[in-house]
Amino acid sequence: MINISVSAENLCKNFGRRFVFKNLNFIFDKPGIYGIAGINGSGKTTLAKIISGVLSPSQGKIYCSVNSLKINPEEIQKYIGYAAPYVVFYDEFTAYENLKMLSVIQGIDFNSNRCEKLLTEFGLYERRNEHLSNYSSGMKQRIKIIFAMMNNLPLIIFDEPITNLDSAGKEIFYRLLKQQAINSLIIIASNEEADLALCSKIIIMENFRK
Amino acid sequence: MKSAISIFFKDWKSELRTRYSVNSLAMFIIVAISVILFSVKDEPLSPYLTAGLLWTVIFFSAMSGLSRTFVSEEERGTFLILQIIASPLNVFSGKLLFNTLLVFLINSIITLLFSLLFSAFIIKNIYLFTAVFFLGNFGIAVSSTVIAAIISKAGAKGTLYPVLSFPVLLPLILILSELTNFSIDGKSVEESLTEILVIICYDVIMLTVSVMLFDFIWKD
Repeated sequence: MINISVSAENLCKNFGRRFVFKNLNFIFDKPGIYGIAGINGSGKTTLAKIISGVLSPSQGKIYCSVNSLKINPEEIQKYIGYAAPYVVFYDEFTAYENLKMLSVIQGIDFNSNRCEKLLTEFGLYERRNEHLSNYSSGMKQRIKIIFAMMNNLPLIIFDEPITNLDSAGKEIFYRLLKQQAINSLIIIASNEEADLALCSKIIIMENFRK
Repeated sequence: MKSAISIFFKDWKSELRTRYSVNSLAMFIIVAISVILFSVKDEPLSPYLTAGLLWTVIFFSAMSGLSRTFVSEEERGTFLILQIIASPLNVFSGKLLFNTLLVFLINSIITLLFSLLFSAFIIKNIYLFTAVFFLGNFGIAVSSTVIAAIISKAGAKGTLYPVLSFPVLLPLILILSELTNFSIDGKSVEESLTEILVIICYDVIMLTVSVMLFDFIWKD
């Protein structure tokens, strides 16, 4: 089993004069499902983006280690899977091309068997060679979830993962999420009770506003 | 490096399918050269004037097409997935490779059209011109790529791009124009060494500054 931990030390983020959160500390020290909860605008997405290295914190630090090896913030891209409704893939490529191309850009060897298995699970295998521009928003969300899960990365972040998914899609997602949580540290930023019910530890963002 | 090459191939395939840059560049070249031909009519042009016009057309064609590499990512919202999965250095290298290839292709066509349509545009020292062409195009590609990254998040992208590019590219265009005059005169490479070294310095400085700066441009 992979040994992964993510922790934050006195994390603060402000946009201009407005503080999104202050003095945020947490430790997620083993594979499993962890949650970030909070009302709209409380900073869930901001925290998810800071953990993934897309945003820099105004103060404090994020530490990430895989098998006791500290991961530099510049190298975090290789270890992270990320799915969110606001992440956009390339419409001019097919779903399969997107998954393959983005894996190679991430510096990971493309695992076609795992990719095809997940496409089958999500019911998109038959339509894998269609351009993404022909996909509905729910199908696009499924492809983003497949991309986040298909490389078995140690850290996976889902921001509002069930947005646009139908009930069948949610069921498949939750089933695969539980399997994935054996080997990956999964962080879910969400307000959905069903999402948060799966989490062993939850950060409530409102607690870090003052 | 593998990641950078993948970004280059992704952009290349995307360009072949969407023709974001190529169409605007092709239209610009046709319109610019046609306007010059119509306005000049039968008036004889001096060889030096054609050299100046060549680099003017090249400068404005770069302004009309090279920003697309970053602007299209921002406009379509695909910027974020690249930020999540690729390091800033790989993104910059991939985009630079793509813009360099595009600049070489487009500028080769512009130069070919100039030599066919303007009888005064006769290069006597082809070796010097080839060296100038390669070094100059690389300098234009590096500067345009980093400026495209800067303006991609701004509001008035179309206006900002030439405004920011002008002071950065002006010294390069002036030297390139001078060296093109030298190659029209048939001066040797040895005689033009100082100017060539200036372009090499420009390319190295711009590449170094761009790589160092890109981390800050790429992140919030």
